[in-house]
Amino acid sequence: MAKVKRPGVDEPDIVAGVGGAESSALLSELVAHLREQRTLLREEWARRITEAKLLTAMSKDEIFAEATSVYDNYVEALETGTFEALQAYARNLSERIIPRGVETHEVVGIVLLLRDVLARSLFGKYQRDFEKLNRILDAYEPAANRIANTVAVGFVQERERVIRQQQEAIRELSTPVLQVRERLLILPIIGVIDTQRARQLMEQLLRGIRTNRAKVVVIDITGVAAMDATVANHLVQTVEASRLLGAIVIVTGLSPEIAQTLVNIGVDLGKMNTVGDLQGGIEEAERLLGYKVAQLSEASPTA
Amino acid sequence: MQVPILKQGHFVIASIQSALTDDDLLQLRDALVQQVGRYRSRGVIVDVTVLDVMDSFAVRTVRDIAHMTRLRGAETVIVGIQPDVAFAMVQLGLKLEGIACALDLEEGLAYLDQKTKNSARRGY
Repeated sequence: MAKVKRPGVDEPDIVAGVGGAESSALLSELVAHLREQRTLLREEWARRITEAKLLTAMSKDEIFAEATSVYDNYVEALETGTFEALQAYARNLSERIIPRGVETHEVVGIVLLLRDVLARSLFGKYQRDFEKLNRILDAYEPAANRIANTVAVGFVQERERVIRQQQEAIRELSTPVLQVRERLLILPIIGVIDTQRARQLMEQLLRGIRTNRAKVVVIDITGVAAMDATVANHLVQTVEASRLLGAIVIVTGLSPEIAQTLVNIGVDLGKMNTVGDLQGGIEEAERLLGYKVAQLSEASPTA
Repeated sequence: MQVPILKQGHFVIASIQSALTDDDLLQLRDALVQQVGRYRSRGVIVDVTVLDVMDSFAVRTVRDIAHMTRLRGAETVIVGIQPDVAFAMVQLGLKLEGIACALDLEEGLAYLDQKTKNSARRGY
């Protein structure tokens, strides 16, 4: 059995099936080989990436630079058997390349290409000693698989994080609570309302009522195309909750489709104050608040 | 924990200072219904600002207070329900139908003033 060169390293789970000490010796040998061939293999890899038309969003130099650092991280992960550094690197890399439109299949593709390039180089080196090649591959394959897995998962996770963040941002943007007069709020709702958004709307509105000391709220749903029973129910709940804070809710802009839906599903409309359009809603609200808007003179065209 | 009941003109104000047990709530109900008669009040304000939880019993008691005081000739306003509490209440289907609510004490007083202006001759 070969002598263990680095006794500090013990990562049995990546080398399952092979004797721990032996395989870490083999891995060390493997790593030494990959370090030695670094320039060559790296260039080969970058060439194969370009050839396979992956990472088209990046320039040749960039690909080479990234290839270098991925290569080094890859070899390091092989050597140490720990994946934290690689994970962090994969996350960082994903953060940089996702905005440039790099797809999941490209990332998985390049990692598998590297795996292929390295495996070929190992074949080349050990093809005369079949026994040894077998053992080297036994040590290499599980580690390489795990690396590929780590990078791909890191990429997908980062992507999902970005998507979540954007969804959050869209939600925040899409539900403004606006004060148009003292004690009068407007909540224009545009787009699709799902249960979560309806819930968030209610929370935001209630907070808005409290901070602005609103007495009347106009919820305008002109921009809502459809509404199902759950969401309609949320709307009724919003009206009820606002009343508990002492505010009257006026709902405006119900489309014919929504009106039909509400009647068909039998929502209790007795408690709902509805007015045809936003203008009518604001006028009604002004009346409730005791405002009187008067025209001072005929508008004249600007000179 | 006793709830202080303050007399303010024609109204009585029950100002809840901390979380209440069921017994405290019943005590508050009895005291309010009694004092409405004693002071000949026209309105009752129940301030629940400090409550960050209102369970079904609390809501029911508040509703009872409103109905009982109305029978004794006084309108009740619930003031200071927190947004989170309102949210939870509608989620749980706890309703205060037909009972006036206002944002805070000031609003509640304004509401009662408005409400009693026409029906009662003000004066002390």
